[in-house]
Amino acid sequence: MKISQSQTFKAFSEPIVKNNPVFIQSLGICSALAVTVQLNTAVVMALAMTLVTAFSSLTLSAMRKVIPRNVRMIVELSVIASLVILADEVLRAFFYDISKQLSVFVGLIITNCIVMGRAETYALGNPPIRSFMDGLGNGAGYGSVLVIVAFIRELFGAGKLFGFAIVPQTFYDAGYMNMGFMQLAPAAFIIIGLLVWLQKSLMKG
Amino acid sequence: MENLIGLFLNSVFVGNILLSYFLGMCSFVAVSKNMDTAIGLGFAVVFVLSITAPVNWLVFHYLLSPGALRWAGLGSVDLSFLKFITFIAVIAAIVQMVEMVIDRYSPVLYNALGVFLPLIAVNCAILGASLFMVERDYSFVETVVFGFGSGVGWLMAIVSMAAIRIKMRYADVPKGLEGFGITMIMTGLMAMGFMLFSGITL
Repeated sequence: MKISQSQTFKAFSEPIVKNNPVFIQSLGICSALAVTVQLNTAVVMALAMTLVTAFSSLTLSAMRKVIPRNVRMIVELSVIASLVILADEVLRAFFYDISKQLSVFVGLIITNCIVMGRAETYALGNPPIRSFMDGLGNGAGYGSVLVIVAFIRELFGAGKLFGFAIVPQTFYDAGYMNMGFMQLAPAAFIIIGLLVWLQKSLMKG
Repeated sequence: MENLIGLFLNSVFVGNILLSYFLGMCSFVAVSKNMDTAIGLGFAVVFVLSITAPVNWLVFHYLLSPGALRWAGLGSVDLSFLKFITFIAVIAAIVQMVEMVIDRYSPVLYNALGVFLPLIAVNCAILGASLFMVERDYSFVETVVFGFGSGVGWLMAIVSMAAIRIKMRYADVPKGLEGFGITMIMTGLMAMGFMLFSGITL
């Protein structure tokens, strides 16, 4: 059996494009968009989110046979919250500036519907390794949306990528101006809407 | 007093928790399809936010923040890293309690809000408001105003979105943009409208 056909690989690859959690299932857009003004913060957020989803799926899937059904929500929430605390502490220790910019949004990973959703629908019914890959895939699918939105917003809004100037000075001298609107909240909504349109028309073809 | 009114207006319009901080989007998109449920969920959010934000303030300032345990003789303990898990537990417990109390004393209100209460425990807006309250160092009174104001802002956003979506049924939306896509774009336009208030200062 080729690796690209194994179920473990599918669990990883499907949510990235075909079943993207943001575009197709419209989950997890909450807190996500606020960190997309700059690529820096978006990439860090995407990584944190991917790791939390992957490890919470792994942990919950490993415990799935011993969790009583009626208290499973509380178990899920405490596993996720502990992982988020870990992520937050690591960020504060090693990437203090970025963690300051992310402010409350790292904490809001707890209530992100994707993490809970994967735990509920996938991890509780599948073996650990496959759940881990499913978590990685969903995190990556979500992260890729964040990074694309941040790319557009930072490039057009500030003329920069990762904080480095991309648009050359001669452009500004010739009268080019940054689009201040891209830095504001409404731009994120509109970009997501247009990306969904693009993704849906491409998938059909 | 004036700064409290300013804070209230700010949390309803310019700093709208949904339109400028993107909190509570999941339930916003899912529930705004129907007017009645939108109103129901909106009021439930106002209700729960006005209770959880002040309670979390008390918990944070008397149990978790650095030096908060001085009353117990543990002045050097800093438990603030536990705030995520504590806040979410407090919110879940309060939602459960509110549900039980309403069920016991006001069956009418329970029928209107009951279905929405469990959904709210995992609404990002609720946890977000508590975390903002810590981040921005609000006093107790400010927290009360901020919690209520954020709830009202969320209610306004979801009710207007439900109203727009009813009108949209008769519109000819391009294929592929239907549903989620157009909802996002309309939310963006609405957010622009709410931002117009940013010139107003009290």
